[in-house]
Amino acid sequence: MTAVERPAPPPVRTHKEDRRWVGKSIRKVEDPKFLRGRGGYVADLVRPGTLHAAVLRSPMPHARILSIETAAAEAAPGVHLVVTGAQAAELTGPLPDFGPDPTKHTWRCLAVDKVRYVGEGVAVVVADDRYLAEDALQLIEVEYDPLPPVTDPEAALRPGAALLHEALESNCAYDRQFTFGDVARDFAEADVVVRDRLRWHRSGGQPLETVGAIADFDPATEKLTVHTNSLSFTSYMFMAAGALGIPMNKFDVHQVPAGGSFGSKLFVTKPTVIAGMCSRILGRPVVYLEDRVDNMSNCDHHGSDRVYDVELAVMRDGTLRSITIDTIDDYGAYIQFGVGHHGNALAQVTGPYTIGSVQYRVRAALTNKNQQGAYRGFGSEVNNWMLEQVVDKAARELGMDAAEIRRRNFIPPEAFPYFIPSGNVYDSGDYATVLEKALELGEYDRWRAEQARLREEGRYIGIGLISAQERSVFSATEFWFWFDEPNAPVTSSPESVTLGVDATGTITATLYSCAFWGNSPETMVAQLVAEEFDCDPHSVSIIYHGLSGGLPATGPGGSRTTVMLAGAVEGASAKIKAKARRAAAHLMEVDPEDLEWAEGGFQVRGVPDQRKGLDEIAAMLHMFKHSFPEDLESGLEESKVYDHPYTTMPAPDRSDLGVFYPFMGNACHVPVVEVDVATGEVRILAYAAVHDCGTLVNPRSLAGHIVGGTAQGIGTALYEEFVYDDEGQLVTSSFLDYSIPTAMEVPELRIGHVETPSPYTPHGIKGGGEGGRMMAPAALNAAVNDALAPLGVRVTELPMTPDRLRAAIREAGAAPGRG
Amino acid sequence: MTELQDVTLTVNGRRYTLAVEPRRLLVDVLRDDLGLVGTHIGCEHGVCGTCTVLVDGASIRSCTTLAVQADGRTVRTVEGLGDGAGLHPLQEEFWDKQGLQCGYCTPGMLMRALEILEQDPDPTPERVREGIASNLCRCTGYQYIVEAVMAAAPRMRLAAPATQPTTGAQA
Ligand code: FES
Ligand code: FES
Repeated sequence: MTAVERPAPPPVRTHKEDRRWVGKSIRKVEDPKFLRGRGGYVADLVRPGTLHAAVLRSPMPHARILSIETAAAEAAPGVHLVVTGAQAAELTGPLPDFGPDPTKHTWRCLAVDKVRYVGEGVAVVVADDRYLAEDALQLIEVEYDPLPPVTDPEAALRPGAALLHEALESNCAYDRQFTFGDVARDFAEADVVVRDRLRWHRSGGQPLETVGAIADFDPATEKLTVHTNSLSFTSYMFMAAGALGIPMNKFDVHQVPAGGSFGSKLFVTKPTVIAGMCSRILGRPVVYLEDRVDNMSNCDHHGSDRVYDVELAVMRDGTLRSITIDTIDDYGAYIQFGVGHHGNALAQVTGPYTIGSVQYRVRAALTNKNQQGAYRGFGSEVNNWMLEQVVDKAARELGMDAAEIRRRNFIPPEAFPYFIPSGNVYDSGDYATVLEKALELGEYDRWRAEQARLREEGRYIGIGLISAQERSVFSATEFWFWFDEPNAPVTSSPESVTLGVDATGTITATLYSCAFWGNSPETMVAQLVAEEFDCDPHSVSIIYHGLSGGLPATGPGGSRTTVMLAGAVEGASAKIKAKARRAAAHLMEVDPEDLEWAEGGFQVRGVPDQRKGLDEIAAMLHMFKHSFPEDLESGLEESKVYDHPYTTMPAPDRSDLGVFYPFMGNACHVPVVEVDVATGEVRILAYAAVHDCGTLVNPRSLAGHIVGGTAQGIGTALYEEFVYDDEGQLVTSSFLDYSIPTAMEVPELRIGHVETPSPYTPHGIKGGGEGGRMMAPAALNAAVNDALAPLGVRVTELPMTPDRLRAAIREAGAAPGRG
Repeated sequence: MTELQDVTLTVNGRRYTLAVEPRRLLVDVLRDDLGLVGTHIGCEHGVCGTCTVLVDGASIRSCTTLAVQADGRTVRTVEGLGDGAGLHPLQEEFWDKQGLQCGYCTPGMLMRALEILEQDPDPTPERVREGIASNLCRCTGYQYIVEAVMAAAPRMRLAAPATQPTTGAQA
């Protein structure tokens, strides 16, 4: 293999050492309004007189729509409008889709001539209130001609399967294989090849708040104003404008706080398009707010649903040489993000290990299910699980300890920046330190002794140990490197901040994308601003700029927000300080170069009493412009559009994907479980998690995300699944059957931090918002396998429900000793 | 249109008389008719506890309670927790311990925590954990909620007046 030519990394930064606010667990600045019940979520903003939309969902998984009878609904009390899918297709264009061949699997806000999953919308009713709208839904009569449901991803790909989209002539939306490095040689030289077949079923973010949009079309100005809890309302909202056929400069979107997202409020243009379409017809404000069943069955944000065939080439001493991954991913009925989830996984496909070559094949299957979207991890958490499972299997086959095989293969600290076979770079890390700290925090040795003792008593205790990655700050290459055409240039996915110092010296930061969603962008910005200007973070005021007239902004996703906001704050602060320095120098009649920033103002180097505070400088700049040279304008406000700091082009032949997710976190989770072999129930006895996501801005906030993400990972590992039965019915369509962990299922976590600063980001920050869920499913699976090892049981399917565990145990009982 | 029924509710100390449809949910009356939007809706199936309010001192799911069922009763919602400007010790400890992330479950969680502490002013962490298992939180993993409730308990025992917290670093 020829070496790939790589552009040099950006210059290594020197980070400020004596930080005052970055690194402090201050109370979050957003919280007081939420504690008072005044969060201002989208449902709270519905004004009297707003009409309510409700969507009629398909009860059929796969059927042709023969007719829709709406007259009775239209005549029902309080009803203003009924729109069928066919009518909607006249009024709106297809919804945005980044998949291959979007014209062959057209996705619309309502189904047109065919329904493709239970829950897909077929008509919308707009009425005076939600009660009346739902009453009228019951009066709509739809005649369906059922088609065979396609529910199994492997069966979907077989010839003769019923087709989801006839134009595509197949249920395989995409099939591609990448090879990085000399896989054939590495396998030929391997002592052992470990094979595994793994199954990860679909779950989803399921925030407690559903998605909604309030649309208000003004016929006089032809302007559409939308309030929505979508997290992607800036850079991506052209997609909604496009679907609605409204010019961008007549389309304004205001972000509102989201009651949780975990990925599931990315994009969500459908509610905006439905509400916008209805409001434009009626010339009145219309709200469409999903109910829980809408959100579970029709949110377009189910998570990964994969079958894996994996082979790992290993040497007898435990060295991991190469891996081949062949996965079928059940995307459901549409494929809005393409196979970006697998691009995401390729950012850290080899984990923390020095695996030298990789073959990766993905086939995207289309089935009669709600489509995939985003769920905390975006497909990388599945890769983490797959890799840790097969590494554990290798350790078992070689008779090595789980910690030992990992230590032997870690990328050493001196090897960074380290390019993995796919071409992505890991900026920095210290995996062994994270591992050792987790073993200590998790009392690994004590639990091993305890496990041996309790085994004597016939109890099945298991200790999981996994070490895995959390990539952060995407550049978005992962969505398009799959396609040879168009060969786009690298995307920069910018984020912007404006900082203004008013005449009294107080600071206001304007954010352009991030509506709050539990990830505290306001607190992050307040702490970063306070660090720059030596003020109290709680004195910084934060406002959000809507879409119209806003600066470029991408919004959250892929644990990017804090790093990108930090870059924007740093850039805007530098501009403010440059102007303030000149102004202060002029006022003090000294050379600007003789001034230094100290304690919230500029002072003459070494002469602390000869100084001008930022408030004095700002007052002068706001009110006494003529005291300054011609080119110093009034006021003290600056903006920074911060572009992705480190991303490079993929190779034309895709033998190398370039740098697209460079700031690499790492974590080690050590859960201890007990499995009741009679009932298949898993109880978590202890749980330790050590994370390294670079410099921490607010350690308690990050720890909170680790606990919360781990709780979701517990759900993924043990309880949560969108189950479609063989007939294509979604049998888990409420929280009654889709079991989200309560306080009784989530243990008290012990959390540790290691801080390996990134050399390329402000303060060395890396993203860390997804961490817990990146690790917990893998860790719990490892723990359960460890518990059941004496029975020869190895569980290869998530979630590990009591049913599945009992089946595995029974099977092993019939054939004792099977691995 | 079904006939409307008169309902009298005392919400956070204020008496309201309204004419409502018999099918109208208490949560919709609180949110839409009285403008008390602090009580949120998560599932409308009575599972998640997001819509928890206290009726005559006991927590109920306002999404599966009809307004007519609450006729003549006393309702407490998150809006009645602080004293206007100041925060209740529970709210303050949720802030201090970061017992909330997105804040959506928080009003229901606060009302449930209040009930727990009113019933048992000196609970163990286990009792608090068990108690809040009635309510889902998708963000926090519950750990800091338990810590917040535990920290509020002694303050409530002392009946400390709700004070305006200072801002700034809590290292
Ligand atoms: S909204 Fe009432 S219990 Fe979920
Ligand atoms: S804080 Fe988001 S659901 Fe509890």
